[in-house]
Amino acid sequence: MLAFNFFGATEGGLFDINATLPLMAIQVVALTYILNSLFFKPVGNVVEKREKFVSNNIIEAKNKLSEVKKLEAELLTQLQSARTEAQRIVSEAENESDKLYKEALELANNEANASKEKARLEIESQTSAARDQLSKQADDLSELIVNRLILEK
Amino acid sequence: MFFNSLLTNFAALEVGQHLYWQIGNIRLHGQVFLTSWILLGALLVFISLGTKKMENDPKGLQNLLEFLWDYIRDLARTQIGEKVYRDWMPFIGTLFLFVFVSNWGGALIPWRLIKLPSGELGAPTADINTTIALALLVSLSYFYAGLSNKGWRYFEYYVHPTPIMLPFKILEDFTKPLSLSFRLFGNILADELVVGVLVFLVPLILPIPVMFLGLFTSAIQALIFATLAAYYIGEAVEEHH
Repeated sequence: MLAFNFFGATEGGLFDINATLPLMAIQVVALTYILNSLFFKPVGNVVEKREKFVSNNIIEAKNKLSEVKKLEAELLTQLQSARTEAQRIVSEAENESDKLYKEALELANNEANASKEKARLEIESQTSAARDQLSKQADDLSELIVNRLILEK
Repeated sequence: MFFNSLLTNFAALEVGQHLYWQIGNIRLHGQVFLTSWILLGALLVFISLGTKKMENDPKGLQNLLEFLWDYIRDLARTQIGEKVYRDWMPFIGTLFLFVFVSNWGGALIPWRLIKLPSGELGAPTADINTTIALALLVSLSYFYAGLSNKGWRYFEYYVHPTPIMLPFKILEDFTKPLSLSFRLFGNILADELVVGVLVFLVPLILPIPVMFLGLFTSAIQALIFATLAAYYIGEAVEEHH
C-alpha cells in the first residue's frame, strides 16, 4: 500500500499528473506578462536609456577630442608658418640693411675719392701755376739782371 | 525489512501526499498553488518596490533589479543571439525567476511548521506538474520561435546537416521537455528528501551543510533551466548556411 502510494498513479504519489499542470502553465504565462510590464520593460527602459546616454557621451567626447586634435594641428601649422615668415622677414631686413650699409659705404668711398682727386688736381694746378710764376719771375729777374749789366757798361 | 522501514520513514515524511482541491470534477494539488502564490506574491512585491521610483542614478533595490535584468539579458543574448533575444528575454527571465524563487523559497522557508490536513508545503518545483508545465511551455516556445522566425524553413533544422539526423532530431523534441522537467523535479525533490531524511534521523547540525548544498543546487538548477530554454530557442531561430 505504501509502495503503491509512493509510485502511485491514480490517487496521490510523486507522479500524480492532473489539472495542476495546465493551470500552472497558465499561471507561468500570466506571470510572464506581469513581469514583462512590471519588471523587464521599465528596468530595460532605464538601463537602455542610460546605456544610450553613456555611449552618446562617449561619442561626443571622442568627437570633441578629435576636434581638439585637429585644432591643435592647425595651430601648430600656423605657428610653423608664422615662424618661417618671421625668419623670412628677419633675413630680408638683414639683407636690406646690409645692402644699405654697402651702398652708404660705396657712396662715402666715392665721395672721398672724388674730393681726394679734386684736391690733387688743385694742388697740381697750383703747383704748376706757382712754377710758372716762379719761372716768369726768374725770367724777369734774369732780364733785369741782363739789363742792368748792359746799362752799366 | 530495511526497505519497509525506509518506506515507513518516507511515509513519515509524507512523500507523494497532496492537499487536494476539488473544483467541479478537476483535482488540483493545493499545496503547489499555495506556495507558488506566496512566493510569487513576495517576488512581485519585491519587484514593485524596486521599480516604484526608477532613477537614472540607481539606488538600493533598483541596483539589484538592474543587476538581475542585466544578468538575464546576458543569458538570453548569449544563447538566443543578438537578433531576436529581445522577444524572448521576458520569457527566459520569468522562467529563471520562477524556478529560482520556487527553489529557494522551498529550501529557505520552514514550511513544515504550517500543518496541512494532507501533504505538506514545499518548493512548487518539487511537483512534477509544475516542471512538466514549464518544460512544455519551453517546447511550445521554441517551436513558435522557429516557425515565426523562419516559417516552414524551420523544418530544415531537422535534416541539417544531413537527412540521417531526422529521427534523432524528432526524438530530441521529446527528450528535451522530458529531461528539462525531470532534471528540475528530481534535483529539487531529492534535495528536499535528503534534508528531510537527515532532519528525521539527526535533527542537529548535520543537515546544515546539506541544506547549503541544496541552496547551491537550487540556484544552479534555475540557471540550467533558463539557459537550456534559451539555448533551445536559440537553436530554433538560428540560421543555417
